[in-house]
Amino acid sequence: MERISSPQALDQYRSEIIQKRDPDQPCITVCTGTGCHASGCHQVVEAFKKVLSDHPEGRRVNLRMTGCHGFCEKGPLVVLHPNKILYQKVKPENCQEIFEETILKGKIIESLLYAHPATGQKITHEDDVPFYKRQMRIIFGNNGSIDPTSIDDYIAVGGYRALPKALLTMSPEAIIQEVKEANLRGRGGGGFPAGVKWESCRKAHGETKYVICNADEGDPGAYMDRSLLEGNPHSVLEGMIIGAYGIGAHEGYVYVRNEYPLAVINIGIAIQQARERGLLGKDILGSGFDFDVRISRGGGAFVCGESSALVASVAGDVGEPRAKHIHLVESGLRDRPTNLNNVETWANVPVIILNGAKWYARIGTEGSKGTKIFSLVGKVNNTGLVEVPMGITLREIVYDIGGGIPGRKRFKAVQTGGPSGGCIPESLIDLPVDFDRLTEAGSMMGSGGMIVMDESTCMVDVAKYFMNFLKDESCGKCTSCREGTKRMHEILTDISEGRGTIDQINLLEELGWATAEASLCQLGGTAPNPVLSTLRYFRNEYEEHILNKRCSAKVCRSLLKYRVLSEVCKMCGACAKACPSEAISGKRKTKKVEGIPFTIDSEKCIRCGMCFESCKFDAIEVQ
Amino acid sequence: MNPSEIDAIVERYEGKESAILAILQDIQAKEKYLPKEALEHLGQRLQIPLNKIYRIATFYRAFSLTPRGRHEIHVCLGTACHVRGAQRIVDQVTMELRVRPGETTKDRNFTLGTVNCLGVCAAGPIIAIDGEYFGNMSPIKVEGVLKKFQPGQSDKKEASNGKN
Repeated sequence: MERISSPQALDQYRSEIIQKRDPDQPCITVCTGTGCHASGCHQVVEAFKKVLSDHPEGRRVNLRMTGCHGFCEKGPLVVLHPNKILYQKVKPENCQEIFEETILKGKIIESLLYAHPATGQKITHEDDVPFYKRQMRIIFGNNGSIDPTSIDDYIAVGGYRALPKALLTMSPEAIIQEVKEANLRGRGGGGFPAGVKWESCRKAHGETKYVICNADEGDPGAYMDRSLLEGNPHSVLEGMIIGAYGIGAHEGYVYVRNEYPLAVINIGIAIQQARERGLLGKDILGSGFDFDVRISRGGGAFVCGESSALVASVAGDVGEPRAKHIHLVESGLRDRPTNLNNVETWANVPVIILNGAKWYARIGTEGSKGTKIFSLVGKVNNTGLVEVPMGITLREIVYDIGGGIPGRKRFKAVQTGGPSGGCIPESLIDLPVDFDRLTEAGSMMGSGGMIVMDESTCMVDVAKYFMNFLKDESCGKCTSCREGTKRMHEILTDISEGRGTIDQINLLEELGWATAEASLCQLGGTAPNPVLSTLRYFRNEYEEHILNKRCSAKVCRSLLKYRVLSEVCKMCGACAKACPSEAISGKRKTKKVEGIPFTIDSEKCIRCGMCFESCKFDAIEVQ
Repeated sequence: MNPSEIDAIVERYEGKESAILAILQDIQAKEKYLPKEALEHLGQRLQIPLNKIYRIATFYRAFSLTPRGRHEIHVCLGTACHVRGAQRIVDQVTMELRVRPGETTKDRNFTLGTVNCLGVCAAGPIIAIDGEYFGNMSPIKVEGVLKKFQPGQSDKKEASNGKN
């Protein structure tokens, strides 16, 4: 494969790719992101391959497997180009019809279109779907149109255009200045200005410097970094090369979770392709700048998302954080100056360099510029990844893009910021979402997980869930974090099982304060947030558990009581069959036998809820 | 795993001690756990004390020091799955197979594990068995999913996969 050795050669190469492609050629794109994978996209791809190879007209149709489109709820997603017709929940048996009707005859298949949940109106084109319409997809937008394993696809949509501009027309200082003016803040959680960090690293003493891409996305409920790395890995690489040039680093690492196998594969392919084309390696595009990237796979430890722990892990040690008074930009990996940013931050860099800081800074709010990708999950109709300008309100995200809460349930809270974040209640739903507003509300931006909770979510249980997570993931170095999280979890368990006392609420607050103050890294420093923020907004739920021994969300098992409503019971016996502890008795009604309504023996009942699940007549009541 | 296979893995990383995480991952990927003999050989090969290897092998969640079952069940306990009732899925698997998270069934057919997030939040609660995803789970669906991987069933499944 030929190396591209100058910006002119890159332009030439790009126009050759574009010329070879017919913009009117029908192209079927199938989303093969992990969400669609779970709903069976690979069978759909296989079915399309068969249909296309069996039909003489099949050869003129392009089939492309792309990264995540974001609308995971409706997967597998199929978009037909050039008209961008969106078919959702496509099954292998639909493929023949899609080809024969839509591709060959131009007819739309109504049953596969997305229907507006409120009006029922069918929507044909991807761009008109409300889920996409309200978004601003400057970082995530190409995911749906390119094959992540093809560097040509990335180049064809304008990829690697920022790179020659940066390397050949801008000085390293000018790049840092541009990123500072754009006020790009780190997307991994802290929100530290990237340009300031880069500048410190550039100024730090030492010949050898490193840049690292943090792809150890450990926040449960967040998967935007995964989808970027899987769906558009070259955009991350391009950002890293530009950043390395600005900082003066010649070696880079991508630290990626091993639990993300597809991301590991796709970034590996991208690095290989970029090397073959000369976009990584010696004398990139004839600029005289050398840079190469290696992959380092994580071992599944949440604390490794913390920068100093991550650096220790890259060096082959256990991922324990160290004291922060020595900054990584001065002494990081192998004691050399090291600059670490997360996947989404790096992916923002080419966009800023290409369009300029002024353009970029027009998007967002005073203190938070640009867009942010959120993973909108939990109790919301349209789960998936959404990219929105900073400053959009929670209401717009949850209702306009997310389509509201399923099953006519009442919205309760949004949890942001992962285990270090907090819960934002309904009263703050018009809060503009940016770094500073979320912090003021007692939560944080974090990496962008947004978990919607409704009336059937118990806030004590949520706090207990996060504390359980944190006690498992605490590396154990600081006593305050190791013991503090454990004790808070014990207290929360007591409360959720009906053994809590009112004094324990004060103890929780005190423990939370001590854990935060006395811990070295931000895992411990933010560990009490889930407890403190739920106490701040949902204290009544804690009190209800303690004083009334009741969980009105019906989540805390020990406090629940199951009962069969004899007047509703149809005597089908499904509950008794499902009950694992033989706690349900009664007599099944048949044509010949007069039945006896079923009853639950509360002594034997283990409160697993299987009877509730199995009853088709809503005859099981939970109290 | 014989010593020459371990040597080959070490060579892939140019014999560098700093690549130990990657080396252990490759051994784990092949054996599904880290056998003691393999770690001993690795220590000699890299000339590092065994306790350093154990320190790493026990720190990271991805490694296991005990043999795993034929099929690995991962129940996602990410936040999105949690609010949709993932704990009840774990409880149900525990009840069906009589193993707690981290344990392997007596017949060595299943190892039950939990993960913090599979990143498939839209389909939660979710179970992954040997990398195959089963989304929108409910306790009542658990039995049916597990059945596909029971000894007799999985042989049939493998045979039909072979045909394809």
